[in-house]
Amino acid sequence: MSRSNELYQQVILDHNKNPRNYRVIPEAELVCEGHNPLCGDHITIYVNVDATGAISDLSFQGNGCAISKASASMMTAYLKGKPIEEAKLIFSEFHDMVRGEFDPKSRENHLGKLILFEGVKEYSSRIKCASLAWHALMGALEKKQSATTEA
Amino acid sequence: MPNPSGTSAAGGTASIPAFKPVLDIKKDFPVLNRQFGGMPLHYLDSAATTQKPLAVIEAMNTFYMESYGTVRRGVYRLSEKATEAYEGTRKKIAALINAASEREIIYTSGTTQSINLVAYSYGRKFLKAGDEIILSQIEHHANIVPWQLIGEMTGAVIKVIPVDDTGTLILEEYKKLLSERTRIVAVNHISNALGTINPVKEIIRLAHAVPGGTGAGPGGRGAVVLVDGAQSIAHMAVDVRDLDADFYAFSGHKMFGPTGVGILYGKLALLESMPPYQGGGDMIMKVTFEKTTYQSPPHRFEAGTPPIVEVLGLGAAVDYLKKTGLDRIAAHEHALLEYGTAVLKEVPGLRLIGTAAEKGSILSFTLEGVHPHDIGTLLDEDGIAIRAGHHCAQPTMDRFGVPATARASIGPYNDASDLDALAKGLKRIGEMFR
Ligand SMILES: Cc1ncc(COP(=O)(O)O)c(C=O)c1O
Repeated sequence: MSRSNELYQQVILDHNKNPRNYRVIPEAELVCEGHNPLCGDHITIYVNVDATGAISDLSFQGNGCAISKASASMMTAYLKGKPIEEAKLIFSEFHDMVRGEFDPKSRENHLGKLILFEGVKEYSSRIKCASLAWHALMGALEKKQSATTEA
Repeated sequence: MPNPSGTSAAGGTASIPAFKPVLDIKKDFPVLNRQFGGMPLHYLDSAATTQKPLAVIEAMNTFYMESYGTVRRGVYRLSEKATEAYEGTRKKIAALINAASEREIIYTSGTTQSINLVAYSYGRKFLKAGDEIILSQIEHHANIVPWQLIGEMTGAVIKVIPVDDTGTLILEEYKKLLSERTRIVAVNHISNALGTINPVKEIIRLAHAVPGGTGAGPGGRGAVVLVDGAQSIAHMAVDVRDLDADFYAFSGHKMFGPTGVGILYGKLALLESMPPYQGGGDMIMKVTFEKTTYQSPPHRFEAGTPPIVEVLGLGAAVDYLKKTGLDRIAAHEHALLEYGTAVLKEVPGLRLIGTAAEKGSILSFTLEGVHPHDIGTLLDEDGIAIRAGHHCAQPTMDRFGVPATARASIGPYNDASDLDALAKGLKRIGEMFR
């Protein structure tokens, strides 16, 4: 497989074209806009949390490349229903994986389908695309209104 | 398949004009003759930075190996020789742009510093609250942000010349903006984001005619004009006296020279009226703790040890430009621009952003359903290097309602094979995302 086929797998192209949870949650409890100052792309994350501390609803909207959009789409689908603490753990595994600091094949992990994004580590200029939505989600959970990939 | 003559493979079909090369100089550029991942490199990012001909690389190497020494300070022969070479570039630059004197040529670190120098030195001295600075809507951030900073310090306000849907400045609107409050007009010669060639001669004539003002025009009236020449200097013949430009700024690395060196041209009378921009060694006449007096231009604006070898490399780049011929470069690139425009029009879903009648060799575009960054990453797979993003021109992107574009920019070393590869790659990407 060529380098970019590894990155632009069919699943990613599909999520780019038909993103899941691509909507505004009216009066969401937590809203955070994530910015990637390198390219000007931005993604807004909407979160509701239930009484048990689990993410009861999660959505996004915004403007970005296929990598950032597919990452946002798969993130929202994957994390919905999960406790906040687990979401944070998955964030750190994901973040380390795309930076090439965590090999999901040789270590136990909670990434499930998200390991599709492992190929991003080969593209230093695209790591921030893959993590944009995640930074916005972490910002939202910390009750911030905006977040950047430069944190 | 690249064909050896560099003429277009597609040439002769009904809609695509044949491309007849004027130049054949890829061989002069070592990087362009390397293979990347077993593929030839199609370098289409000359607006960001140009590749370097062997002549420039060798001039710098030889200088380091044989003649390196400091400038304007040493009394030993090495330094005297270095100083001669260093000042020699100033003469070459003055001749290249037809300046009246080499004293009008200031070495800077690049276009960005050249513009900041004018903003901080000229702007801080001469601007007052309520004065107006006119920019165009299609400027690089380097020709926006320094003026905003100076505006905040002095109370001067910024006015913007709008563009039409082709990316052409609307001169009627510019005329309405000009008034006795106008002090500075700062516009690019060629837009890096769209390729528009702006009518700077007319812009300057109109600015010099405003009543009141700074004395740049005849009879002590008029506003001064800075032209950002980053994208024009290596792509067309520039004559600052014919334009009557007050300041003209450009970067060495976009004209086949090294990074780290650039030029500010300024009319001598203006430069003489300006205070230093930075203080340090080499820019002074005499220093005491009570009072320091400064050199006259250009040295007043050149504090500290300069990029000696880079300046020398820039001199070699000017020699290369002269040898190649700016008129021939312009003709070659214009032919490629027309060819590239035609082949890109055949790509389904492609929208050209920037379709002015007068254009430099820049093709900015979007592809339906595909973000420019994905285009950039995927073209790289085919050995094609383009730029994707806002091109440091976010207000331009806003004007055209896009967050970013993909941009292929042409240099004199490109040929039809580069644009054929681009069109082919874009068709593949379009299908992949459909
Ligand atoms: C029109 C224009 N102005 C200014 C600049 C800034 O040049 P530099 O980064 O070399 O200072 C550029 C380079 O991208 C440019 O294209």
